[in-house]
Amino acid sequence: MAKDELSEFHLVGTRPLRPDGLDKVTGRARYGADVSMPGMLWGAVVRSPHAHARIVRIDASKAEALPGVKAVVTRADFPEGLTGENWNLQENTMAGERALYDGHAVAAVAATSALRAQEAARLIEVEYEVLPHVIDVDDAIRPDAPVIREGAADATVPEGSPPNVARYIEFGHGDTEAGFAKADLVRARSYKTEATHQGYIEPHACLGQLGADGKGEMWVCTQGQWFIRQMCSSVLGLEAAQLRVTPSEIGGGFGGKTTIFMEPLSLALSRKAGGRPVKIVMTRSEVLRATGPTASASMDVKIGMTKDGMITAADAEFRMQGGAFPGAPVDMALYCAFAPYKLPASRHVGYDVLANRPKCAAYRAPGSPMGAFAVESLIDEMCRELGLDPLDVRLKNAVKEGDRASYGPTFGSIGLVETLEAVKSHPNLELPLGPNQGRGIASGYWFNHSGETSVSLAISEDGTVQVSVGTPDIGGSRASIALMTAETLGIAYEDVRVNVVETGALGVNEPTHGSRATFASGKAAVIAARRAIAEMCRRAAAEWGIDAEAVEWANGAAQPAGPNAGKFPPMGIEEIAAKMGSTGGPISGHHESVPEGVGASFGCHVVDVEVDPETGRTTILRYLVVQDAGRAIHPSYVEGQFQGGAAQGIGWALNEAYVYGQDGRLQNAVFLDYRVPVASDLPMIDTQIVEVPNPGHPFGVRGVGETGITPPLPAIANAIEAAAGVRMRSLPMSPPKVLAAIKAAREG
Amino acid sequence: MSKIHVTTTVNGDEVEFLADPRESLLDCLRDHLGLTGSKEGCGTGDCGACSVTLDGTLVCSCLVLGVEAEGRRVATIEGMAEGNALHPLQRKFLEHAALQCGFCTPGILVAAKALLEKNPDPTETEVRYWLAGNLCRCTGYDKIIRAVLDAAAEMRQEAA
Ligand code: FES
Ligand code: FES
Repeated sequence: MAKDELSEFHLVGTRPLRPDGLDKVTGRARYGADVSMPGMLWGAVVRSPHAHARIVRIDASKAEALPGVKAVVTRADFPEGLTGENWNLQENTMAGERALYDGHAVAAVAATSALRAQEAARLIEVEYEVLPHVIDVDDAIRPDAPVIREGAADATVPEGSPPNVARYIEFGHGDTEAGFAKADLVRARSYKTEATHQGYIEPHACLGQLGADGKGEMWVCTQGQWFIRQMCSSVLGLEAAQLRVTPSEIGGGFGGKTTIFMEPLSLALSRKAGGRPVKIVMTRSEVLRATGPTASASMDVKIGMTKDGMITAADAEFRMQGGAFPGAPVDMALYCAFAPYKLPASRHVGYDVLANRPKCAAYRAPGSPMGAFAVESLIDEMCRELGLDPLDVRLKNAVKEGDRASYGPTFGSIGLVETLEAVKSHPNLELPLGPNQGRGIASGYWFNHSGETSVSLAISEDGTVQVSVGTPDIGGSRASIALMTAETLGIAYEDVRVNVVETGALGVNEPTHGSRATFASGKAAVIAARRAIAEMCRRAAAEWGIDAEAVEWANGAAQPAGPNAGKFPPMGIEEIAAKMGSTGGPISGHHESVPEGVGASFGCHVVDVEVDPETGRTTILRYLVVQDAGRAIHPSYVEGQFQGGAAQGIGWALNEAYVYGQDGRLQNAVFLDYRVPVASDLPMIDTQIVEVPNPGHPFGVRGVGETGITPPLPAIANAIEAAAGVRMRSLPMSPPKVLAAIKAAREG
Repeated sequence: MSKIHVTTTVNGDEVEFLADPRESLLDCLRDHLGLTGSKEGCGTGDCGACSVTLDGTLVCSCLVLGVEAEGRRVATIEGMAEGNALHPLQRKFLEHAALQCGFCTPGILVAAKALLEKNPDPTETEVRYWLAGNLCRCTGYDKIIRAVLDAAAEMRQEAA
C-alpha cells in the first residue's frame, strides 16, 4: 500500500511549478469579474450614507422609468421569518427597517450596462431618519450607548449587561489570586487594536442567474462555493441543490470571502428580470465600506511573573466589536492569547459588542492577532522590567505535548519549543543594531482547522489522474494536493490534475479557511488515492489469479507481495487503466469526512526596526518568520504564506485602520487612504520552516496560513520600545502616534 | 450618452470598439475587447492591477479614458508572451513562486517589463520603488522582487 513513513519522499518537499501558473502569468486565468454570459445584465447597489438611520421610504420609480433598467429589488423581495445567523446574513445583505452602518445596502438595480445600472442606482430615492450611532467598542459597551438592536443578547450574556453586548464568554482554571500572590511582579495594562480589512486585491464579483422555477447558477469569487450556496439559499428561500455555484479563480480572500455580501442580490435581481444573468462587481470603496473587515478590540491583561521568568497567573478581559451583528472573534482571541504558555492559573472574559460598522468577517487567524498584541506586548514589558531575555522566558513557559492549553484541551504533538530554539540559533539574532534601532520578538498561534471535506479521484484511460476538490486554490493548494496524490500513487506530479469543482460535483465542502486546504483536502486526496490503489491491486490480482492481499503497490505499479505471491512482472498504472473497461469499469477513489488529527501551528517572529526620532516613522530593517509547518509539501508556498502573513501583520501594526468621522462615515474607503504595505515599505522577509510532523496527517501537514499574521503586531511594538524607548499600546503605530509618544517621553 | 468609435492598436493588432466617453480604457479592454487579463483592484490609480503601456509608457488603464486610446499603441499582459514562448519575467515568476492568488500578477509583470526596458540592471531598492504602485496582498513582495531581479540578470546575459 501507499507508504506514509515520514521520510524518503520523492515529491513531497520539492518545488515544482504550480499547475495553474501558466494561466496566471499570461492573464488567461478567469477571476470573479472576468466572465460574461449571453443576455447578461449588470447590477449596482444603493448604499446607506448614514451610520444608523431609519429607512422611511424607498422610491424607485425614476430608476424604473430609465430605459434599460430591468429590475429593482429591496428587502421586500426577500422572504420573511428568518432567524439567527440566517437573519443576520439577510439583514446584512439588504437592510430592513434600518440601515446599520455606512455602506449598508438598501436597494439594488439591474440594467443593460454597468453605467446604466449606476445611473439608475443614483435615481433611487431613499428617505432616511438619521439615528444616533456608535463606532468605538468602548463607547458601544457603555450602558447609555445608542442601541443597535433590542434583544440582540444571546443566552450567554449575564442579566444587567449593557444593551449592545451580544455574547459573553468566560473560562479559566486554577486560583488566579493565589497565582498573582506568588509572583514577584504583577502588571496590568490595556491595549487597543483597530479594525483592518483583509485587503484582497480582487473586489467581490459574481454573476448570478435564477429562474422563476427556483433553479439557479452562480459564478463567484469565493473561498467556499458551498457556503455561498447555503447562505444564498437560506437568505432567498431556495432549495440548496437547485443552486449550482462555481468558484472562479480567486484574487485573495484571507477569510473575507467565506460569506455572502452582494451574491443574493444578483440572484434576486435575476429572478425579477425574467432569469437573465446579473453580474455585480464591487468597487474598492464598496469593498471597504460594506464587506467584512476584522473586529476592533480593547483589552485588559494582567500577568504575574517570578523574577526568574515563570508565569504564575494570567487574567484577560477583551471587548471586541464586529459591527452591527454578533460575531466578533472574541472567543478565538481569548483561546489564542495565552496558547504558547503553560499557565498555572487563568481567567478569561470576553464581550462581543455591537456597533454601527459593517458585519465583520474572518481575517487570517481571526482574533489571534489582537490577543497576541496584548499578551506578547505585556510579556515583553515584564521581561524588560525584570531584566530577562524575552526568548528565554518564552522557552521557560512554553507548552509541550501533553500540556493543558490555556483554553482547556490537552496539546498533542506541537512544535513550539523547536520553533523557539530555531529562532535562538538563527543568525539574524547576532546581527548588530545601530542607534534608534531595536529588535522585537513575539510568538503566535493558530489551532488550524479541518471541516467537512469531500474529494474524488479518478484514473483516466491513460493512467493519468484527476482529483476533484472543493477547496478553492488561493495560494498553491492545487500544487500541494497534486504532490501528495502523486507521491501516494507513485506517479509523476505532472500526471495529476487537481480541479477545484462546482457544488454539483461533490458533497459539501467547507471553504478554504482556517488553514485547512492542504490538511483536509490533502488528507482526503491521499485516502482517495489509497482506495484507487486498492482497486488497482484487486484488478491485478484478478488477472494474475492470486489473492488481492498478495498484491502490493509500489512505484506506480501493482506487484506481487513477496516470493510466495508468485512471479509476475509489475503491472503499471497505465496498463491497469488501459484495460479498466474490460476488467470491471472505471477506477476511482473517494473520501469524505471531517478529517481528524488537526495539528496546531506555533510561530515566532523577530523584527529589527529603526524609528526616526524626528518623524516617528518606523522602518522595518529586517524580518524573520520561524514557524512549525508540520511538513512543508511545497516549501515555496509555505514560505509565501509566512511572508504574506507577516506583511499583513506589519500593515496592521504600522498603518492600517478603519478611520471614522464624527458622522460615523468611513473616511478612508480607497487604497490611497487605507494604505496597505507596498514593495518599498518592506525588506526581504526571511523564513525558516520548522517541521515537527503532525501525526494526524499522512505527510505530517499542520496548515500554515494563519499563524503568520499574529506575531508582527506585538513584535513590532516590542521592537519600537527597544529602538525608541516608548511603549505603544494601541494600533496602528503610525508616525504621528509614535512621535507623540517620543515627545511625551522626552518631556518626562 | 452616445458612443464614440475608437480605433487603436492592442498588442500589435488593430482593433475598433465603441466607447461610452465615461468608460476607462480598462473597461474597454475588459468589456468591449474581451481582454480580461488586466484587472481592476481599485479604479482609482492606487493598486496597479490594471497596468498597461500606452505608446510604451506605463499607465494605470483605470485612469485613462477608452477614447484616449484612439490612434495609440496599447500593450497588455495578453501580449507579453510571444506565442507559447513566455517572457523571462513570466518564467521567473513561476520559478520563484512569485504569485499566490495571481490577481496582481498581470499588472506587476507589465510594470516590471516597463522597468527593465528603462533600466536593465536595477537594484533591489529600485525595483521596490518602481513597483510601489502595484499592490500585492498575498506575497509580502519578497519572491516578486527576487523574480524581477533574476529575470533582469537573465535578460542581461542574453543581451550580452
Ligand atoms: S485598478 Fe487601476 S490602479 Fe487599481
Ligand atoms: S498574489 Fe495575490 S495579490 Fe499578489
